[in-house]
Amino acid sequence: MANAFEYAPAPESRAVVDIKPSYGLFIDGDFVDGQGQSFKTINPATEEVLSEVAEASESDVDTAVRAARRAYTRVWSRMSGAERGKYLFRIARIMQERAREIAVLESIDNGKPIKEARDFDVPTAAAHFFYYAGWADKLKYSGFGDTPLGVAGQVIPWNFPLLMLAWKIAPALACGNTVVLKPAETTPLTALLFAEICQQADLPPGVVNIVTGAGATGHALVSHDDVDKVAFTGSTDVGRAIAKAVAGSRKKVTLELGGKAANIVFDDAPIDQAVEGIVGGIFFNQGHVCCAGSRLLVQESVAEEVMDRLKRRMSTLRMGDPLDKNTDIGAINSGEQLKRIRELAGVGDAEGAERWEVACDLPTKGFWFPPTLFTGVSQAHRIAREEIFGPVLSVLTFRTPAEAVEKANNTPYGLSAGVWTDKGSRILSIANQLRAGVVWANTFNKFDPTSPFGGYKESGYGREGGRHGLEGYLKGTDA
Amino acid sequence: MTPTARSTASAAPAADGGMLADVASSDASLRRFLHGLPGVDQVGAEARAAGLGTRSIKTTAKAYALDLAIRMVDLTTLEGADTPGKVKALSAKAMRPDPADPTCPPTAAVCVYPDMVPVAKQTLGDSGVHVAAVATAFPSGRAALDIKLADTRDAVEAGADEIDMVIDRGAFLSGRYLQVFEEIVAVKEACGPAHLKVIFETGELQTYDNVRRASWLAMMAGGHFIKTSTGKVQPAATLPVTLVMLEAVRDFRDVTGQMVGVKPAGGIRTAKDAIKYLVMVNEVTGPDWLDPDWFRFGASTLLNDLLMQRTKMTTGRYSGPDYFTLD
Repeated sequence: MANAFEYAPAPESRAVVDIKPSYGLFIDGDFVDGQGQSFKTINPATEEVLSEVAEASESDVDTAVRAARRAYTRVWSRMSGAERGKYLFRIARIMQERAREIAVLESIDNGKPIKEARDFDVPTAAAHFFYYAGWADKLKYSGFGDTPLGVAGQVIPWNFPLLMLAWKIAPALACGNTVVLKPAETTPLTALLFAEICQQADLPPGVVNIVTGAGATGHALVSHDDVDKVAFTGSTDVGRAIAKAVAGSRKKVTLELGGKAANIVFDDAPIDQAVEGIVGGIFFNQGHVCCAGSRLLVQESVAEEVMDRLKRRMSTLRMGDPLDKNTDIGAINSGEQLKRIRELAGVGDAEGAERWEVACDLPTKGFWFPPTLFTGVSQAHRIAREEIFGPVLSVLTFRTPAEAVEKANNTPYGLSAGVWTDKGSRILSIANQLRAGVVWANTFNKFDPTSPFGGYKESGYGREGGRHGLEGYLKGTDA
Repeated sequence: MTPTARSTASAAPAADGGMLADVASSDASLRRFLHGLPGVDQVGAEARAAGLGTRSIKTTAKAYALDLAIRMVDLTTLEGADTPGKVKALSAKAMRPDPADPTCPPTAAVCVYPDMVPVAKQTLGDSGVHVAAVATAFPSGRAALDIKLADTRDAVEAGADEIDMVIDRGAFLSGRYLQVFEEIVAVKEACGPAHLKVIFETGELQTYDNVRRASWLAMMAGGHFIKTSTGKVQPAATLPVTLVMLEAVRDFRDVTGQMVGVKPAGGIRTAKDAIKYLVMVNEVTGPDWLDPDWFRFGASTLLNDLLMQRTKMTTGRYSGPDYFTLD
């Protein structure tokens, strides 16, 4: 009788979304055909083809950059900040009005649970537009001047397609820049829906341009001569290539790259909430989070207890149809990414770490990987050093606070870190010693438009979000 | 104090291999133990409770949950103005909540003041619906121990199957944990065969740390159930408070092997809310607690909304409140 409380499926309706059979590029306020070949975007949960999307060639990118330049010189940079702010507020409101449609589309194209798209991605993206709309007429108080850079070439990843778009476009437009943005090739659809929102908001043509495509399109964009600013979020390897491509040019660059964050749990931590934080830290968005808490550092005295509770909690995670409102873990975004996760998990086995995974039936179609943890991991293991970008947690232990800090900082990355303890003085002391762009205390993976985010070391340079996020899009007071 | 303390020590669960046996030997050792429990981060606990509240329970799962919730209701009237007539009517409703639908299950119990126990007992007969009585100077708990015990014995002798006692919040908040512990042990003894539910009045305990400590205190003293509130103080039952209590009973079973029930009471009025609690039970303690023996709702107005939703599931339409009995 007791087990009869299986939650019946509660699928969100797809009817709110109208996916066209094919999409062109969004240039100068209109959808136009690309010159390159088109490519397919699929639903990673079912492998169903959703639509055909144009691949922007070098000359398409050139057209887009010219449109952006025209809009910059003739309209956008001449407009008062207050006027620009009105457009941004309007975009934010339309995003809220069309929230359900955007969330469903994001879930279908990305594989993430509708719960997360609905409760996190879309509201946070809208919040970024609201936040930077407020800055548009107050730039002279920002401390970074009020002169825009010009045309921004922006390349974003597939893990939070709409949110990363908001992180890039909102501050750029608020500061008076125009943009050409390339979404990831596996998740272009919400960016194209955003293009429709720009039309709906009567945004002047050319202020926002969206060029779809893969690596070659991205390369054409960041190396275009008439781009003044390059902003990229994605893997450290690609970030390195971009840094090389723009080295020696006048272009200003911000990079948000990989991470291998330490989530440190002390023995006096609020254990039940720490377990929640560990789960949210690594299994949120299938672990497709650059600041994911993928290295758990637990104090030895509570390690066993934390592991028991963590495994029990992981067993209650619900995996499956991303459009089901009760799904906690959705699909891996692509076959390629699934392969990489499998490969690195295999390395964990080979290195002698102990693998534990949630027992569940995986759907036969689509790309799936069960929530997994590795115990007995040491600093020397590859799974403790390399970013896996999937639902795989590596567990290490420590005995003293000094050892925790030493191990946490012993990584080429430095995007984020977490500290769990009931002692306020310890939070402050440890947070000061951690070399990471964000340190969360008794929480993890929390985002807010007012809070700056950005890396140390191989996690990139420049900050996004908050007042600091304006700096990357302004010339500075002395210019 | 000493003889009582020794007797209470033996009342502590033995299945933990003696781990908890010495905890209740003095105020100091009790305090050390209770304050050594892991803290509760308020923001995190509330976020977790809110997250569980977003589960979408539909169709068959909803039908199951509605019937289960009805079977878990302690249909309650605790007013100074209660009359035998009202208690009779309430008892009749507990046995047949929906006279129009014989498939509707009965509630778990009716919950009344001790003087009304004979009336309820007589009406309920051998229907299987229990009689729960609040005792121990409910709702404040501010009376001498012998009066509380007499109150309890009174109710049990009148036929109560379950006793809902209140703890002395004054003693708890001033750190006199041993006194609270010993009172629970003494009341349990006075209960005889009746089951004991221990009410914390979490609205007065204020912090989640206190709720966790009170939970362990009551479980170690032998309470069969831990209950949030009297219904006389706001806030009464909340999802986060119930979350902390569910974590406590789950952890207690891990240590001792013994199961303790949980009863949120006061302020749960809608089927939607009740389902949120069931989801929480399902995911925090696991389905073992999805049973009226281990989870109850202390409520008076909840039942009618459950019935209304139940009818909606079978007919596809909502009926007005007049289609359901008052009480």
